Order: sequence, then structure tokens, then C-alpha cells
Amino acid sequence: MARMNINFKNRVAVIGAGLTLFRRRMYETTRELAWEAAKQALDNAGLTLRDIDAVVLGTAPDAFDGIHMQGEHMTDAAGGYMKPYTRVFVGGGTGVFAAIAGWWHVASGLFDRVLVVAEEKMSTVRPHPQYVFHHIFDPIMDKPLGVNLIWIFALEMARYMYKYNIKKEDIALVSVKNKRNALDHPAAQVAAKITVEDVLNSEVLVWPVQRLDISPVSDGAAAIVLTNEEYAKQYTDTPVWIEGVGWSLDTTYWTNRDLAFPKYLYYAGKMAYKMAGIDNPRKEIDVAEVYDPFDYKELHHMEGLQLARKGEAPILTREGVTERDGDLPINPSGGLLGVGNPIAAAGLMKVAEIFWQLRKEAGKRQVAKDPVTGLAQAWGDLMQIGTVVIMRV
Amino acid sequence: MPSDVYIIGVGSTRFSPSTPELSFKELMFEAAVKAYNDAGIDARRDLDAIVSASEDYWEGISIFDEYIPDQLGGVLKPVFTVSGDGLWGVIHAYMLIKTGAFNIVAVEAHSKASDIVDINSIWRMAFDPYVIRPLIDNPHVLAGLEMNILMENLDVDRDAISLVVSKNRANALNNPIAPYGSDVDPDMVSESRVVSYPLRELDISSYSDGAVVAVLAGETAARDLGIDAPKVKGVGWVSGSSYIEEWDYASPEFVWRAAQMAYSQAGIDDPYDSIDVAFIDDRYSFRELQSIYALGLNDGYSLNELIYNGVIYPDGDLPVNPFGGYLGCGYPLLAGGLLKLYNAMMYLRSAGPDTVESALVMARMEYPSPSAAVVILGW
Repeated sequence: MARMNINFKNRVAVIGAGLTLFRRRMYETTRELAWEAAKQALDNAGLTLRDIDAVVLGTAPDAFDGIHMQGEHMTDAAGGYMKPYTRVFVGGGTGVFAAIAGWWHVASGLFDRVLVVAEEKMSTVRPHPQYVFHHIFDPIMDKPLGVNLIWIFALEMARYMYKYNIKKEDIALVSVKNKRNALDHPAAQVAAKITVEDVLNSEVLVWPVQRLDISPVSDGAAAIVLTNEEYAKQYTDTPVWIEGVGWSLDTTYWTNRDLAFPKYLYYAGKMAYKMAGIDNPRKEIDVAEVYDPFDYKELHHMEGLQLARKGEAPILTREGVTERDGDLPINPSGGLLGVGNPIAAAGLMKVAEIFWQLRKEAGKRQVAKDPVTGLAQAWGDLMQIGTVVIMRV
Repeated sequence: MPSDVYIIGVGSTRFSPSTPELSFKELMFEAAVKAYNDAGIDARRDLDAIVSASEDYWEGISIFDEYIPDQLGGVLKPVFTVSGDGLWGVIHAYMLIKTGAFNIVAVEAHSKASDIVDINSIWRMAFDPYVIRPLIDNPHVLAGLEMNILMENLDVDRDAISLVVSKNRANALNNPIAPYGSDVDPDMVSESRVVSYPLRELDISSYSDGAVVAVLAGETAARDLGIDAPKVKGVGWVSGSSYIEEWDYASPEFVWRAAQMAYSQAGIDDPYDSIDVAFIDDRYSFRELQSIYALGLNDGYSLNELIYNGVIYPDGDLPVNPFGGYLGCGYPLLAGGLLKLYNAMMYLRSAGPDTVESALVMARMEYPSPSAAVVILGW
């Protein structure tokens, strides 16, 4: 029996989810992708747009689309026409954060039924989105160094490996697992049966990051429908409750941090666990979708979320604990490494996956254990923000 | 409904056409320190969350939310960005507190418009890239069309619009943070350079730099701090269509709907009767009259009569932008709504609860955004 949360004045449920294909160079525009996901989520919930009281949009940098105020550009497509509509933004953490913002729209008591949409179309950036990421750095101190995201994540990966004496072979197991899991995901972009050797032999991008350590450039959209308790019980017999939310933003000055441990995520998790009444995450979380744009980040984030002790996540992975039939399945969807990484949409995809897992509607991806409590998490900015949602049936 | 929400502190920099001596971080820091001192809080200890309003293109940095936490005291706290005007940030803070899980939340917005080398080129990037952008050189083109439709459909005189400029620029002379206070003869307005007929140069608010921070708190936190503060009586925000060719330019429906939402929460049936003072959009001079109409604040008056009869002057029945609005304080991009909220707080505090029952604050994001937000404050 799940514990009732003591802090919330209004309980919030997820009652529907939708997801487009994740692909590079989709023919659909961002507006079309967003509406496709929104329509799926509404259909899944048995609602129409007329039933929706407010809309939240999540999308990452405007520069991907080359449109200033991209949120405003998306108003109609996300279903926000003549409704309270807003866009929230925390870089790569936006997808899960959009769900958090949807939560407070309902939990505040202001709205009964809220649609949350997240979209990303990265492939319009030519020749590659990393050129946009060059512009996220401090224009005076960092940019002249010619940095991009892979460059700084390589520093973080190297520090993590050094501090806990972790071998690349153990990190590569994450990529092998997630790409294999994604073979069962109908939206997956880069599902594959690969070996550790394949990862270790793939092209070096910035040492120690290699091509198969990293998620792809993707286009896609995801959406969920949230309601208050009264409507949840009216619309479905199987609502999935949002029992805890948390997020935390670390200092801009990433060079001043110890990159071996994601402190921002530790705080975000702590906030969400407190709300959800969770004392021992390792025991009480049954399934988790943690953010895995790089294979080492799944391990790093498991430790930040207290799902493993510091340096222990690679061992749990090696022992099969994080497999779908393991004691703590991590990224049964296939994650970003397998399904794809349309940034904001990828985060909300993780919330959708936990929704399907807890409703036991994940089909071939369904985890072996009987999950009651699940966690979805995303990460972003300058290795700086963690966003966490905890859900229960 | 859970706890009432109070605005327990506000802080603002002076607004200025340019601030070469200060970075955006320094502007934010100054406003934050003033607001936290005003509220009597220690940010590191007391703040449960921080909301910041920004758009990447205005900042010239992609994923700008990375650059928020340090100067606001928000490191390793729940901090996030709303892509839009600061008044939306206030609304998010209001909802966070209403959940019962947050007690004290700060909201920040700033402008460093003077850093933007070619601001009209950035505006153009907001328009639909295929159909509209090739037709639009700058947003004032649309403002000219909008002004024309307003004058035609609602029978508004050129002289009435010019008087709005005179009024707001004169009102700004009494506002220590406003840089554009001036005695402007209405004829100067109607004879100034045509930008997009009938819109003229002095009809357009000039840009300004500055930052504002507001601190919101739930009932218990406000009581614990011993602060007797105005509360948020109602909030509303609505978006229309991003297809600008579909708008009703004379009377924007999204403004009307946002107002109805806020009125309903505040229990207001007769806005003109219940609202004592209004701080509303005047990015363009005619917008003040258009907004009054869309907000249902004109009572039985025609829009011309509102200004000819002195209704919206500081000593009139319904003072509108008594501290100068954007025409007097400058248009600080996404800090506009918070600037109006700051002015409203100054007004409420100086007038006191016996004189002013409710103040209305309204902002909209500029073309091609179809979004408006309304916040009603009172005692």
C-alpha cells in the first residue's frame, strides 16, 4: 500500500500520455510534432482539447528552431489557444520540469485538467546542434576556448572515472543495455544489439567520450494529461499519482565544482523524496527513468538520486540489478541512448514511460517486478540542474 | 483554496536607457538585495524557490537560465525560468505557494536592452519564418496597423492618444526610477516623425535597462515575518493565436479573457467600480486606451472621454500608469510586468489600505506574442 503524501493539498494524477516517433530530420514541423503528441495524450486520457483548462509547454533553446520566443510561436500547436498557457525552461532538464510545472498548476487548486507538451526539433540546426551549444557558454571566459557540450561532459566523465576507479567497460554496459531495451520501443531511433567491444571501438569524440557512449540528435514530442483527484477518478480506474517533485540549480561556475558527484541532483531528489515520504530510495523506488544522454550519466545520476552509493552504480549495472528483470530496473524504455534525445521531449518521454510502467501498459518493455513507485529524472544546463518526479499507483 | 499569497518585498534598480557600467548580473544582484532587505529575509535561509523571466535571444546567450542562480542567492535551490514577461513569473510563484509546498518564493526579471546591437533584427526572429518574417521589417509596422484599426473601430482621436503620452511622461517626473519623465506637449507627439502611419516616434516607449525582484509569501510566512503586505487577490493569463493575421487588433480577446479570469478569482463583478488604480500596457501610446477597453475598465466612458475628462489622470477616478508606465520608465523587455508591479506596490504602500482597495497590473508580451497576464493586488 503506497503511503499517502502529507504535504499536498491537492493530489495530481497523470491520466494519459502520448509520444511521437523520435527520429533525426523528421518531415513534420515543431508545431506538427507537438500537436501529434498532444492529440495522442488527449485520446489516451479520453479527453478533447475543450476539456483542458491550461497548457504548459517545454522546449529547449530557441536557437534550435531559429525562432525567438519559440514558446509563443507554439501556442496554437500545443493546444494553448485562448487558454492560460506558459512555457517553462531549465535547459536539458525541461522535459521533466514541464511535468513539474503542470503539477503545480493542478496542485495549486487553480486548474482541474492540464495538458503538458514538450517538443524539440534539433535537426534543423546545420551542420550540427553542437554549434548552438557553443553559445550556451560564458561569452567572455569560456566561449573563446571553443568549447561545446561533449567537451565538458568528457571532463565530467573523466573525473567520475578517476574518483571511483571506474573502467570504461563498465560504463559501456549502460549503452549496451539501453540500446537493447529500446528494441522493444515503437518510437525508438537508435535501438540496437551491440556489445561492449562495439562501444569501446567506436569513434573517439572527446576522450573518454566515444560515439556509442552518446545519444543521438533527434526530433520528437511527448505529452501528458494531468488532473486533480476528482477528475482522475472520473476519467480512469488507473490514475498514476505524482507524489513528489524536486529540482535544484547549481552555480553557473561549473569549473568550481567537484564534477564526480551531481550535488544538484542529490538536492532535487531529496526534495522529491521528502514530499513523497520516501526515506530509503534504493528500497522504495521500483523503477526509474534516469537521464542518460551519455552512458556514464545514468550511473552518475543513480548515485545522485541515492539509488546507488557513490561509485556503486557500475557494480549494480554489471550485476544486472538495473536490467528490466533486475531488482532496480533503470531506463526500461531504452532511455535517450536507445529511444533518442529530442531534449525536452526526451525528458517528458521518461515521465510517460513511468506512467506506462506503473499502469503495466509498457508491453514488451514492462519490468518483471510489480512496480508501485517510479521515478523520472532529467538534467541540463551547464551540468547544473536536476529535475525529479516521483509517481505512484 | 489554500493560503492567501502576499507580496512581502520588492526591489528595483533605477531604469536607464543604457547601463554600460553594470552587467546583467549586477543589475539582478542590486534588485535582489533591495527586495530581500525590503522583505526582511535571508535568501539563502528563507527562499524556497526562485522564478526568473528571460528569453535566450534577448540575452544573446543560449539556455540563459544557466546564468541566474548565483547573483540571486539561488545556488542549489529550486530555481527555474519562465520564458516570458516577469508577471508570468509572479503567477508561477503564486501557484507554487498555493500548492502548500512552498512558503517564500522570489521572482526576478531584467532588461539589458542596450546591449542588443540591432534590436529590430531580434524582433524579426520571433515571426513566422516563412509567411510573415519576409514582410515585417520591425514590430512598429504592426503597431501602426493596430493603431489605425483602434482609431477607426473605436473612434479614438489622435489628440486623445497624444495626451496619453503627455500624461505618462509627466507622471514619470514623480518616479525616482524612471528615466523618461518630461513635460511633453501633445502637439509634439502628433508632429513627431512618422514611424508607421499613424504611429509616430513619441508614441513608442523607448527601451530601458534595469531589474526588478519581488518576494511572495504565504500567509504563515508573512505573519511570521510580521509584514503587513498587499495580497494577490487574483491572477489571469491567456494566450491567443500566434498567427498574427488572425488577431482582433481593436480589442484583443486574450487580454479580455485574462482579465475575466483574474476578476473571477478576486470576486470582482464591476471592474471599474472595484479597481482603484491600473498599471497597464503602454508599450505604444494607443495601447493604454486599448487595454482599458479590453480590461473592461472604461465604464460608460468612450476612450476619448477617459482622457479628455481626466478620468485616467493621477487625480482622476481611475488613475492609469500614475508612475509613468513604459512611456515614462522605458520599455524594459521582459522586466515590464515586474516594473509595473513594483510601481503598483509603491502606490499601494503610499496610499495605504484605507484609500486604495485594489490595484490592477497587466502586461503582455510583444509581437508576435498573443499573451497577456493580469494580477490584482489589494489589502
